[in-house]
Amino acid sequence: MLRYTLRRLVSLIIALAVASVVIFVAVEIVPGDPAAYMLGINARPDTVAALQAELGLDLPVHERYLAWVGGLVQGDFGTSYTYRTPIADIIGERLWVSLPLALYALILSTLIAFPAGILAATRRGSVADMLVMGITQLGVAIPNFWFAMLMVLVFAINLRWFSAGGFAGWEHGIAPGLKSLTLPAIALALPQASILARVMRSALLDTLSEDFIRTARAKGLTRRQTLWRHALRNALIPVLTIIGLQFSFLLAGAIIIENVFFLPGLGRLVFQAISQRDLIVVESVVMLLVFAVIIVNFAVDLAYAAVDPRLRRS
Amino acid sequence: MIPHSPTKRSLIGALLLSGLALTAYAEDEVQQQTTVTPAPAPEVDPITVTVGLQLEPPHLDPTSAAAGAIDQVLYANVFEGLTRFGPDGSIRPALARSWTISEDGLSYTFTLAADVTFHDGTAMDANDVVFSLNRARAEDSVNAQKALFEDIASVWAMGETQVRVTLSKPNGNFLFNLAWGDAVIVAPESIENIKTNPVGTGPFMFSDWVQGDQIELVKYAEYWGAPAQLDIATFKFISDPTAAFAAMMAEDIDAFSGFPAPENLPQFEADPRFTVLVGSTEGETILSTNNKMPPFDNVKVREALAHAIDRQAIIDGAMFGYGTPIGTHFAPHNPDYVDLTANSTYDPELARTLLSEAGFPDGFTTTLKLPPPSYARRGGEIIAAQLRAVGIETEITNLEWAQWLEEVFRGKDYGLTIVSHTEPFDIGIYARPDYYFQYDNPVFQEKMATLNSEADPEARSALLAELQTIISEDYVNGYLFQLAALSVANVNLIGLWENAPTQATDLTSVYWDE
Repeated sequence: MLRYTLRRLVSLIIALAVASVVIFVAVEIVPGDPAAYMLGINARPDTVAALQAELGLDLPVHERYLAWVGGLVQGDFGTSYTYRTPIADIIGERLWVSLPLALYALILSTLIAFPAGILAATRRGSVADMLVMGITQLGVAIPNFWFAMLMVLVFAINLRWFSAGGFAGWEHGIAPGLKSLTLPAIALALPQASILARVMRSALLDTLSEDFIRTARAKGLTRRQTLWRHALRNALIPVLTIIGLQFSFLLAGAIIIENVFFLPGLGRLVFQAISQRDLIVVESVVMLLVFAVIIVNFAVDLAYAAVDPRLRRS
Repeated sequence: MIPHSPTKRSLIGALLLSGLALTAYAEDEVQQQTTVTPAPAPEVDPITVTVGLQLEPPHLDPTSAAAGAIDQVLYANVFEGLTRFGPDGSIRPALARSWTISEDGLSYTFTLAADVTFHDGTAMDANDVVFSLNRARAEDSVNAQKALFEDIASVWAMGETQVRVTLSKPNGNFLFNLAWGDAVIVAPESIENIKTNPVGTGPFMFSDWVQGDQIELVKYAEYWGAPAQLDIATFKFISDPTAAFAAMMAEDIDAFSGFPAPENLPQFEADPRFTVLVGSTEGETILSTNNKMPPFDNVKVREALAHAIDRQAIIDGAMFGYGTPIGTHFAPHNPDYVDLTANSTYDPELARTLLSEAGFPDGFTTTLKLPPPSYARRGGEIIAAQLRAVGIETEITNLEWAQWLEEVFRGKDYGLTIVSHTEPFDIGIYARPDYYFQYDNPVFQEKMATLNSEADPEARSALLAELQTIISEDYVNGYLFQLAALSVANVNLIGLWENAPTQATDLTSVYWDE
């Protein structure tokens, strides 16, 4: 297990280093100068030059890269060009929205997908199975932003149960905060739950037709016991993979949903920073997301090993 | 981690306490004279308003960025200059209550309002004015409108409430220039943190900013002028047009200044809960033309372009009917505006003839680079179709603002583009041959210089008419329409600006009628 963990750790560090170079280069070659953007069309060239100097944009590219990575290693993300506040603080604030939203959506999606997937697999061909397959087909097909707008129309404009968007802030208590994340979380969870339920179903069906299931039944276990003790555990590997992918997607991919519900999350931060050419914010947030994705995958790898002892030896 | 404003808490606390104190006092009285029925408890709820805006300010210093979103929140509410724009675009006294101008027009003496304090409690006096103007025009200034201050030769404090500004040459626009958000008076000691904690002299003070979400202002009790009629004003940033519509409909917000979806306005008009404000902005929306790039260096080609365009179709198609046609680069609501739309009537036949005369009987192909606003993206598609009808093919490229600034504005690598020039009274850009549309006409430049040093109103009007006519007849750009100011508000919210003579959401005289 230790060697397996170490090997994973080394590949994690290499991935991070490569990512930092790719992100920095990609962001730097996009045309558009932050200082010129901030000063607009009436600014004189000497004013733009003065602002560039103030922001440190007049330094050569490699120096800026080294300064950035050097800071990152020490946990210093730098200072935003536009907001002029430390990026770590900005990200910290946004994470208080994005992280709970991603977790909320993931919990919802798992809570829906597991029972639905198990039900469909154990009663294959039944009405329940067909219902689950039909609904999840729809769930995968419906774009989540459209579903979000539909929910706003029904629950915010007509029924007035929720506000149309915005974040109430945790300082007013957990309930108002969760309430303002509920519609976005449902919108995010629906397609994820559909995918997860289908994966759960097919993984379980595959496992249920394995020889060891028949053996388990033959040694006298009931259907239920076989399912919970043997089949489910073996079907979990593909499901865990999908959950890992989904969490990183939920953290980074909520841009559109955050815009529909005007939530001050990480996705919206990146979106704004790109159009304002707040390059250092883009670089740092993307780097953080890459880091999160890699860590989640690392955790998933370890979880595989926990579920499947064969992986620890290979 | 989550910021919470101590100011807000203490304000609400103070209001609550004062309410409690009054109640306690009333109860005392009741105990003494038991026959009297107790007085109703005084109202303690603060009066609030929540205004939606599409764009969030990048930071909160109006004197070091071009972003209109900064003024949209802070102008007149938090920061004040010596003069200010009124709702009709007129120049009014602000911190300067009066002024005298010397005979030669070179020396302005301003008398400041007395007893003005900044929101941190310190006094605002002549030295702060000297500091603010000198900071804006300094060598290392990062003021986005530094040109506004370039005629200033010196600024002197003449006692606590008098300031004298001398100019190097007469400037008929000087009082107008001082009304811009870029010319507000700031305190020297506030500069270090101004981008996150702006300290001004206005009727509202900055309280809290949840970045990406909202900015909160609270009433400043010690304001020197007429006090605000709202206790708390919150600006909420909603960039998505559909979300803006939903937030208004669900009454999460009380007003939306600069409503981004004109197609939804009829729905608000039909709803008795809302009122729709349709006014004018300073935004001349033009089909900017690269005057140095062949074939646009030929005035006949530019004239053909002007006649190939059907303005009304663009206003209807791109702006759902909101917008006023213009025939030159000047705001129609300005008293000096001359209607020159007749110079460029929609006449595709004439356009084709002019193209043949210019040597392009089969037309030509050029680039059309479009920045993000919907007037450009939607308008661009319509213009491309209209130009195709006379034989001009366009290759459309959609650009982000930062790319547009680099490629089109700075690099001048374009044939045509569509932009709304939102700065007030900006006809002077046609006197800058290095400006991105590269119009170089010495006659215009000379007359512009005369205008800048002319103070007599009648002579100025005559000059302005001439200037408008020159650029109209030279077909420098395709003049399309004046951008409309579109706002939606709760029907009981009174006092919002209908027009937008500058980018601002002036809440100083806004109140609830209930």
